[in-house]
Amino acid sequence: MWDNVKDFASDFFVTGDPLIYGADVAIVLTMVAIVSALTYFKKWTWLWKEWLTTVDHKKIGIMYVIAALLMLFRGGIDALLMRTQLAVPELEFLNPEHYNAIFTTHGVIMILFMAMPLMFGLFNLVIPLQIGARDVAYPFLNSLSFWLFFMGAMLFNLSFVIGGSPDTGWLAYPPLSEKAFSPGVGQDFYIWGIQISGIGSLMTGINFIVTILKMRTPGMKLMKMPMFTWSTLSSCLTIILAFPILTVTLALLFIDRYLGAHFFTLDGGGNPMMYINLIWMWGHPEVYIVVLPAFGIFSEVVATFSKKRLFGYKSMVFALMSISVASFFTWAHHFFTMGSGANVNAFFAVTTMIIAIPTGVKIFNWLFTMYRGRLSFPTPMLWMLGFIPCFVVGGMTGVLLSVAPADFQFHNSYFLIAHFHQVLIGGVAFGYFAGLYYWWPKVFGFKLNEKLGKWAFWLWNIGFYVCFMPQYFLGLMGMTRRLSTYGWDKGWYELNLISTIGGFLMGIGFLFQVWQILHSIKFMERDTTGDPWDGRTLEWSIPSPAPMYNFATLPRVSEKDDWWEEKQRIAQGGAPSPRPKLEPIHMPKNSGIPIIMSACFFVAGFGFIFDWLWMAIPGLVGVAACMLAHSFNYNTDYYIPVEEIKRTEAAAGRAI
Amino acid sequence: MMKRLRRLTAVLSLIAMTIMMTGCTDKIVVLNPKGEIGKHQLDLIIISSVLCLVVLVPVLILAFYIAWKYKHRPGKDTKYSPKWEHSTKLETIWWGIPIVVIAILGIITVKYTHMLEPSKPLKHEAKPLVIEVTSLDWKWLFQYPEQGIATVNYVEFPANVPIEFRLTSDAPMNSFWIPQLGGQIYTMSGMAMKLHLIADEPGSYMGSGANFSGKDFGKMQFTANATSQEEFDGWVQQIKGSSPALTTEGYLQLAEPGVSDLQSFSSIPEGLFQKIVTKYSSGHNHGSASEQADSKE
Repeated sequence: MWDNVKDFASDFFVTGDPLIYGADVAIVLTMVAIVSALTYFKKWTWLWKEWLTTVDHKKIGIMYVIAALLMLFRGGIDALLMRTQLAVPELEFLNPEHYNAIFTTHGVIMILFMAMPLMFGLFNLVIPLQIGARDVAYPFLNSLSFWLFFMGAMLFNLSFVIGGSPDTGWLAYPPLSEKAFSPGVGQDFYIWGIQISGIGSLMTGINFIVTILKMRTPGMKLMKMPMFTWSTLSSCLTIILAFPILTVTLALLFIDRYLGAHFFTLDGGGNPMMYINLIWMWGHPEVYIVVLPAFGIFSEVVATFSKKRLFGYKSMVFALMSISVASFFTWAHHFFTMGSGANVNAFFAVTTMIIAIPTGVKIFNWLFTMYRGRLSFPTPMLWMLGFIPCFVVGGMTGVLLSVAPADFQFHNSYFLIAHFHQVLIGGVAFGYFAGLYYWWPKVFGFKLNEKLGKWAFWLWNIGFYVCFMPQYFLGLMGMTRRLSTYGWDKGWYELNLISTIGGFLMGIGFLFQVWQILHSIKFMERDTTGDPWDGRTLEWSIPSPAPMYNFATLPRVSEKDDWWEEKQRIAQGGAPSPRPKLEPIHMPKNSGIPIIMSACFFVAGFGFIFDWLWMAIPGLVGVAACMLAHSFNYNTDYYIPVEEIKRTEAAAGRAI
Repeated sequence: MMKRLRRLTAVLSLIAMTIMMTGCTDKIVVLNPKGEIGKHQLDLIIISSVLCLVVLVPVLILAFYIAWKYKHRPGKDTKYSPKWEHSTKLETIWWGIPIVVIAILGIITVKYTHMLEPSKPLKHEAKPLVIEVTSLDWKWLFQYPEQGIATVNYVEFPANVPIEFRLTSDAPMNSFWIPQLGGQIYTMSGMAMKLHLIADEPGSYMGSGANFSGKDFGKMQFTANATSQEEFDGWVQQIKGSSPALTTEGYLQLAEPGVSDLQSFSSIPEGLFQKIVTKYSSGHNHGSASEQADSKE
């Protein structure tokens, strides 16, 4: 009996590596600390009522951001472990299996559990405020999306200590990811972690499309929407077209693994190349999904800190929308070397280059927004300025990669690695950082410390170039990606060592950001204006943090950047535009169903991963029960009385 | 101002030149090709880089110039036009420039894509040498059907003779890459891909499996030796005389997951490569029927 238990435990838990034991201890200690703190301070009810069951987009946004920053930490640790292993040739810091697991989780976490939730966090924090809405179109669904993402991410991360991590690359190409070559549960953690959070992503896409199309404040025509709202719309349209492909692809892989089908296996008529096509039909649009909102953020930031209208609004809208369409016609450039023939390669090479056109146009529009402006450079604008050279160079190497016959020499090498990190860090991460710094005072009511922010900015920027510029040359020297070690004879060691130093500089930059947040929470002054940057769009017209209902009365918009124009009118002695009479505000009620339903999904996923039907079936039954319970729940909304609105507004220093 | 800009450009191009010069040392293999295909690919890399730099450099200069010029300081009096938001002329220019550049690059790319299609035989008077390549877990098997020999993790061929690599896999997909001779192509089970390369001069070139294929994929590196025709013939004779035979049984052992040292075999089982290619395809293989026909000769 005891032997059986021991056998089970040694399979079930990941063992054998001191790093893992260290992580086990850290995880257990953190859990104990959190539980005891909550119990000691009697915060369980508060946690449940205010956060876990909330349907308020602002709080959901904050939870997304916190989760994303935690995942950035995890993904960053993965990155630094890899860079440490590669710093010197023939190092045995990580064995190949461990290294393979780490680059896999690094990729999955950074794209799906860091970039995506940070993006959704910013959507949630900003979009309703920017379009003058009181919440998203489907607040319940919004909460469900968050919890599905959260449970999916936790399930994926659990593989680190239970069962073993996936180790077949972030896109899990078959036949390597099939049962024959990856018999362990790691690959199943991958499938279920991504599937569960993927449902959430799809629903968020739907939610924000409907929110933007249906919930804009009176007068805000489509062509008067702020650019971040446009970028969100184009990103969400891409989500609802791309994510179903991912779901189907992973479902087929699951059927292969679980039921022994032959969609992508080597034998039995399976076709692994089909998977590679399908996964990139999602995967390529996915990178545009995460970068489009960053373009929106930069458009807001550059206009605000130039104190000038965004240049070429219509061009920008057209560029954003055309990118989201064109992104669906480029997927095969990820495998020019598959031998599809000259015509296919030529087609996808040209479609890929075409995307460079609207992207380039946007750069010019931002530059000419700054031209004849009155520029100031607080941290959000610094990230904007760091973004331009980084993204332009990354874009250029992207064009080089799109030249199909030349790609035969770049493919799978560090040249490619350097390219996509340059656009994903320089574009997406810098963009989201700019967004976080920019909207932070709106969300929390105080700015982040500028001095520490500048340290973080320079460390990240210098670290980035030190880390990734050498990698272009390593690629040209023939160093291929995913190598866990290399010999002294290759001549790759100097550049690898430099690259590792750059990686750690970025790590220190992240620590500065953590310090900056903690320091600012303690010391920064409260912003009472609600408009600390002298902003242009509606979110700056209300107090910070925004009251629960956002807008006491819905603003009536007549122009782009309506809040800026209103401020100009008042400054020239005009009267503020008249406000309608206060009325009770219709709001959604909190619900515990999203978190419970997502937990049931977690249980079902865990059951499928270990092939324990006794666990999977009750999990699925729980999911169905939650759906049923919500279908028959008619007690979903309430009204905030006028008296309470008056009290809240007065407390925020606003006269009604 | 313009003077300073010009000086800056001069310094930048000097730095770029230095990097390019060091690039011509042996280490940066992609920029130091030794075969016709690799040389064409390098031409293409240079053409496309120059075309991109034509846009990139002015944009970078403009970005820093504007940021510097319009940074607001008390007492500084630069032009401020807060409502200026559109100019058809300017926007036409910056839609136009990238469109023109991409059109040029697109045309060049299409032309080169056809020219450098890897399955296309090279124009050369010598008859191509056929080498059948199989990626295994985690080693490379090279078979010489005409010479009747095979090697593992090592490949040798005469310089100035076109090589017709036929590539397949008996394991998860990999990618066959000898950077100094030319770009890579995937090795995939159930099909035989073709890659035509040539070495313009004798030498020892680095080769690798470029696509991740599991645990010890990092060990799938090999050396490609280009020699004179005489040396190659001698090498073949030497293997024929001194190496063991590769049997079907022996192949199955070799295909088991694991790493391998260099090996050589004096003979190969009849039709082994074709058996590997067809073993996974049940009736609907992709365009490999003609391959099988001509590998029978």
